[in-house]
Amino acid sequence: MTEHPTGLSIRDLRVTFGGGRRLLGAGAPPVTAVAGVDLDVAPDETVAVVGESGSGKTTVARCVVGLVRPDSGTLSYDGTPLGPVRGRPAEIQRAIQMVFQDPRSSLNPRMTAGAIIREAWQAHPAAAPAGDQHAAVRDLLEEVGLDGGVARRRPAELSGGQCQRISIARALALRPRLLVCDEAVSALDVSVQAQILRLLVDLTREHGLSLLFISHDLGVVRQIADRIAVMRSGEIVETAATEDLYRSPQHPYTRMLLDAALDLEVAET
Amino acid sequence: MRTGPGDTGADVASQRSGADVANERSGDGPLLDVRDLDVFLPAPSGPVRIIDRVSFTVDAGRTTGLIGESGSGKTMTAMAVIGLLPQGAVTRGGLWWRGENLLTAGPRRRRRVRGREIAMIFQDPLASLNPSQTVGRQVTEIPRRDGMSRRELTATAAELLGRVGIPEPARRASNYPHQFSGGMRQRAMTALALAGKPRLILADEPTTALDVTVQARILDMLRNLREQENTAMVLVSHDLRVMAHVADDLVVMYAGRVCERGPARDLLRRPLHPYTKALVESVPAVHTKTAIAAPLPGSPANPAQRPSGCAFHPRCPLTRVMADDGAAAHERCRTEEPEVLEVAPGRWSGCHFAGVLHDERSSTRVAGRNGTGPDTATTTEEEERP
Ligand SMILES: Nc1ncnc2c1ncn2[C@@H]1O[C@H](COP(=O)(O)OP(=O)(O)OP(=O)(O)O)[C@@H](O)[C@H]1O
Ligand SMILES: Nc1ncnc2c1ncn2[C@@H]1O[C@H](COP(=O)(O)OP(=O)(O)O)[C@@H](O)[C@H]1O
Ligand code: SF4
Ligand SMILES: [Mg+2]
Ligand SMILES: [Mg+2]
Repeated sequence: MTEHPTGLSIRDLRVTFGGGRRLLGAGAPPVTAVAGVDLDVAPDETVAVVGESGSGKTTVARCVVGLVRPDSGTLSYDGTPLGPVRGRPAEIQRAIQMVFQDPRSSLNPRMTAGAIIREAWQAHPAAAPAGDQHAAVRDLLEEVGLDGGVARRRPAELSGGQCQRISIARALALRPRLLVCDEAVSALDVSVQAQILRLLVDLTREHGLSLLFISHDLGVVRQIADRIAVMRSGEIVETAATEDLYRSPQHPYTRMLLDAALDLEVAET
Repeated sequence: MRTGPGDTGADVASQRSGADVANERSGDGPLLDVRDLDVFLPAPSGPVRIIDRVSFTVDAGRTTGLIGESGSGKTMTAMAVIGLLPQGAVTRGGLWWRGENLLTAGPRRRRRVRGREIAMIFQDPLASLNPSQTVGRQVTEIPRRDGMSRRELTATAAELLGRVGIPEPARRASNYPHQFSGGMRQRAMTALALAGKPRLILADEPTTALDVTVQARILDMLRNLREQENTAMVLVSHDLRVMAHVADDLVVMYAGRVCERGPARDLLRRPLHPYTKALVESVPAVHTKTAIAAPLPGSPANPAQRPSGCAFHPRCPLTRVMADDGAAAHERCRTEEPEVLEVAPGRWSGCHFAGVLHDERSSTRVAGRNGTGPDTATTTEEEERP
């Protein structure tokens, strides 16, 4: 690749946990979570990562947002190298947002949902709305299918799916250019899921948002992704345009995944 | 108020003896019989009824699925059954466990039931596992209390983790929860629930963050438990594909109330509530390409400010059709709360117009067969159905 890469570019990413440290107990071998991953996400592109549990999907995502320091490899966004989150320019910190797999634990338990969203604007005033912040919070909550009253509640008083939508709203509040979604819609029922998927698709079309979308739901991924990367044991075994992957999966593991996937076959046609 | 089979009044549930409940059905009767369950949670503006007269039963060896929007009260219903509601919660109604109303049982009895008779797989694995104890220690808590030896405990930990598909279970048993991936934590929770050999497992989204192969494995394991040990299950999931393959009966919830319940396959094939129908129509297909479904308008109802009449009316596609020209909702839907009635054998629906959905389904089938147009088909009588 000779031209200047735009969007996200990941080259030969490697991450090992526990090597040399006492954490895993004496003699426990280190766990290789990511073993040489290459992946690009172009502006306004949606790339999905699917694959077995423990295959390293979340670890890749955490490297992209700078929460895990890779052993080796390079990450860049529009040509700017991506290091640990604290060393990143404020603009890059704002531009790359993540929705976590375990949303409750990523929300401050002492703050109300409204305060959590407003805090994001304090950290990045450039993205703050010009007018009434409380009204802007209500609009955001509505976009993710939540009643405005949720703004006054704390995470412990919200259901798992409600927390998940609060973290989506918080990420979108900063008008990111790349949104990393780790199982971001998996705890939502299908009608709310459809609402959020539409919102994300609209943002990619109208505002050039790109998505790195981690999900085990092969139905959702088929509806939203342009390309799909299949991960297994820290490696990407296959990357393909979405419909090509479903029509002619190349790797045996991809075929196994597709064969294992259920459909709602009981529905009458 | 008729919200369950054999009910004659709102307060009957809390008055009858366990024997009545046990004798109600042929055979041994349900293992768990939830009757008109109310749960109130404290809020700044006064207690909020987040669970509103929920009724359903679970028989030994059967799986009842709870589905519904996030925030609809599935987790709180399960928490009420296991007795782990948040501080200050007030419950009302009947929670009959093998003939005994758990809502009136003392704290010691409830602790005894928890883990050994009824176990729960929690939705939030990170929040429910202890970060400072190894996973192996946590999954063997019950056998440890029963005085199992150290060596046996080590073997049991590996055996339990292996059963839920954790690779290298003996080594992984010495890991702490933060060293597990999201899906592995969820499986560790499942192993913990199995340890006490319970009669009923409440599984709150046990496969939500799992890839399809592990999901299939967990579901197989839960199915085996049901077949080999007659373990009953309440499965909370918003994944209708999982439900279609695992649940025998389904309870659909909206804003803390039951919209619809009945046998799973029949219910998913012929929903008798517009909310269920919307859910079924929004499931993304894996093996064919589908567009993202049109979402329901508006936001899910907040139980603190439940809409009048039918809580679903501001979002309901059917009420708009039934309303007089131009109105957003039918008068009845706005003013009168629907009762959950048996609208077809075994099929309970809390929709004023469930009959319309029922006739619509049968008439389209008749219309398809006879080649008649939809206009004549709507007049088809129920007796003409095959
Ligand atoms: N902080 C950590 N310390 C030690 N090991 C870790 C840590 N985080 C992850 N791992 C290990 O790294 C591997 C990959 O984990 P990761 O969370 O990236 O998986 P995943 O693909 O997101 O899985 P899932 O679908 O289950 O969420 C696993 O073996 C996991 O146990
Ligand atoms: N600890 C709590 N305190 C107050 N309200 C809560 C608490 N937990 C959940 N809720 C509220 O109770 C309702 C039902 O929640 P829940 O049972 O978790 O929903 P579900 O599992 O169906 O997503 C929601 O409105 C939620 O916000
Ligand atoms: S009662 Fe009315 S508003 Fe409620 S589901 Fe039925 S038609 Fe819709
Ligand atoms: Mg993960
Ligand atoms: Mg829940």
